[in-house]
Amino acid sequence: MQKLLNWIDDRFPLTALWKSQVSEYYAPKNFNFWYFFGSLALVVLVMQILTGIFLTMSYKPDASKAFESVEYIMRDVAGGWFIRYAHSTGASAFFIVVYLHMFRALLYGSYRRPRELLWIVGCFIYLALMAEAFFGYLLPWGQMSYWGAQVIVNLFSTVPIIGDDLGIWIRGDYTISDVTLNRFFAFHVIAVPLVLLILVVVHLMALHEVGSNNPDGVEIKDTMNPVTGHPVDGIPFHPYYTVKDLVGVVVFLIFFSIVVFFWPDVGGYFLEYNNFIPANPLQTPEHIAPVWYFTPYYAMLRAVPSFLNSQFWGVLVMGAAVVMLFFLPWLDRSKVRSIRYRGSLYKGWLAAFVISFLILGYLGVVPVTVWGQFSEKVPVLGTADRATVVARVLTVVYFLFFILMPWYTARDRTKPVPARITA
Amino acid sequence: MNRIAALLGSIVLLATLTVSAEESGMRLAPAPAHRLDMESLQRGARNFVNYCLTCHSAQHMRYNRLTDLGIGELEIRDNLMFATDKIGATMTVAMPKPDAVAWLGSAPPDLSVEARVRGRDWLYSYLIGFYRDDKTVTGWNNLVFHNVSMPHVLWELSGIQRLVETEYEDEEKAEAAVIAAKGLALAERINDHKFVVKTLAQDTPGTMPPVEYKAFVADLTNFLDYMAEPVRNERINIGIGVLIYLGLLFIFAYALKQAYWKDVH
Repeated sequence: MQKLLNWIDDRFPLTALWKSQVSEYYAPKNFNFWYFFGSLALVVLVMQILTGIFLTMSYKPDASKAFESVEYIMRDVAGGWFIRYAHSTGASAFFIVVYLHMFRALLYGSYRRPRELLWIVGCFIYLALMAEAFFGYLLPWGQMSYWGAQVIVNLFSTVPIIGDDLGIWIRGDYTISDVTLNRFFAFHVIAVPLVLLILVVVHLMALHEVGSNNPDGVEIKDTMNPVTGHPVDGIPFHPYYTVKDLVGVVVFLIFFSIVVFFWPDVGGYFLEYNNFIPANPLQTPEHIAPVWYFTPYYAMLRAVPSFLNSQFWGVLVMGAAVVMLFFLPWLDRSKVRSIRYRGSLYKGWLAAFVISFLILGYLGVVPVTVWGQFSEKVPVLGTADRATVVARVLTVVYFLFFILMPWYTARDRTKPVPARITA
Repeated sequence: MNRIAALLGSIVLLATLTVSAEESGMRLAPAPAHRLDMESLQRGARNFVNYCLTCHSAQHMRYNRLTDLGIGELEIRDNLMFATDKIGATMTVAMPKPDAVAWLGSAPPDLSVEARVRGRDWLYSYLIGFYRDDKTVTGWNNLVFHNVSMPHVLWELSGIQRLVETEYEDEEKAEAAVIAAKGLALAERINDHKFVVKTLAQDTPGTMPPVEYKAFVADLTNFLDYMAEPVRNERINIGIGVLIYLGLLFIFAYALKQAYWKDVH
């Protein structure tokens, strides 16, 4: 065995890679609950690729056969229902895990210098994930697949001057059609997963170059053990974090299995009820709601009024909401990284941001009339949909979290940061 | 830290509560059938092929899948297959779509996954929700699906129902009446001072007493629900085993982690 390993090592740095990336990658010893979601995201990515491969074996990217082929997978392919539910649940699980992973970065300032690139690559992963989910959602060819894609492609059609041509270019047709389904399939199973995989590798390389942050936001490399040359507060990723993350994976799989085996549609949130009606280009559904993970942005889009006869502003706001994330490392002027040592200003704004995001997410699922209208007596707002007004306010809060960040993080009364990590 | 977690938790909880509190004024009658009641499912299959399968297809459902319900292939051939002689064929209908549109206004939808779109309570309520209405083309209307183009094909069994409208002056009383109706009822807001509660009453009896007809429809609903996802019972059974396995795995994984971490301080 050792001889074989030596033979390989002479030709490929296998042992060296294993050591530098896993067994001698020193991670802070104080990772908490929030640090499970990085490895979980990787697990979900692998699961999506594996289940996806099996789905493509029976799925037919053809407008006249797609819906039928999904039902064929659900009924006639051995174990097909499991593969399909695992894939559909995996899509939602991916977003849950990634949102929590990103929230962790906000809590502990993991995007701060020297981890700016790590954060930016992560933002690109998030973008790629949204593209992947969008392309994939058309494939079952149900009513929500069809009309959801219609709505999102129409967003591009609102771009001034070139909009209409852009829409046709994306669809390859004047409406969503078989041509669109075929190219979305190509993007979903080849193009975007490739990009996603490359980005994930870059993300991990960047992480292992700068080292992991931790709940205290203290640099463990600042306190080295002079004898061993390793950080005093670091422990090798393997075996410590491999066995710890294994526990996380099992707990995750328990939740995942509860959904897959007992509640695969999650009350219409993971699998929308109307998506069991085959796509019908001649019949627009009364209420088109995107899947839950896009709804905060969808609520923003709907909240922005048209201006100068154009809906493009809503699209701009929606795009800006995601682009804002990229600038986070330079917007944050605080002396400390972690929320543990930040003052109440940052804590308050972070809470406002999270609440806005969640309520916008809820508002994106329901019709704008959900909370009724203001009565005529209310000045200015008179007869406007309550939900729309709330969505506008929350959209502003969402952006203020970023725009005011240089000001409130610099003014925030921070606590002294210890030299080494606490227990 | 814990305060943030608690705050997030309560927001999520609040959001779910608001979603479930969504109301429409419609009170559906809950379908009284259980997914494990094989006899009910068998009767439902019989009702489906005899009464629905002439107009509605179930093109994703194969006849031999009915063996799930404890029906033998011979019995399926002899009693349930009218349109084909291939046991592996799917439940299609002979009626061409253009003809259906010409005769009925719109083509009867395929029912393979209808229960996943509508839900079983909706289907059950729909099937007991037909009433006589001279203003429509078919002479029938439905409390759950207003102006539906499907006529009440089961009327000989159920008899004829009529619509009963009661007016109320405030919303609370109307809502109370809906609950008191103990079944299918619909409250509609006419204006701020006028609310109408719609219920159904039996006019002429059918060949089945109402209780029997409801049981007939409940079996049918149960079957439609099964057909929408034939694997459901198996999925739940496997799920229980999976969770037991993962629970055991958790114990070992946790013990392993504790063993490795005992020297980390």
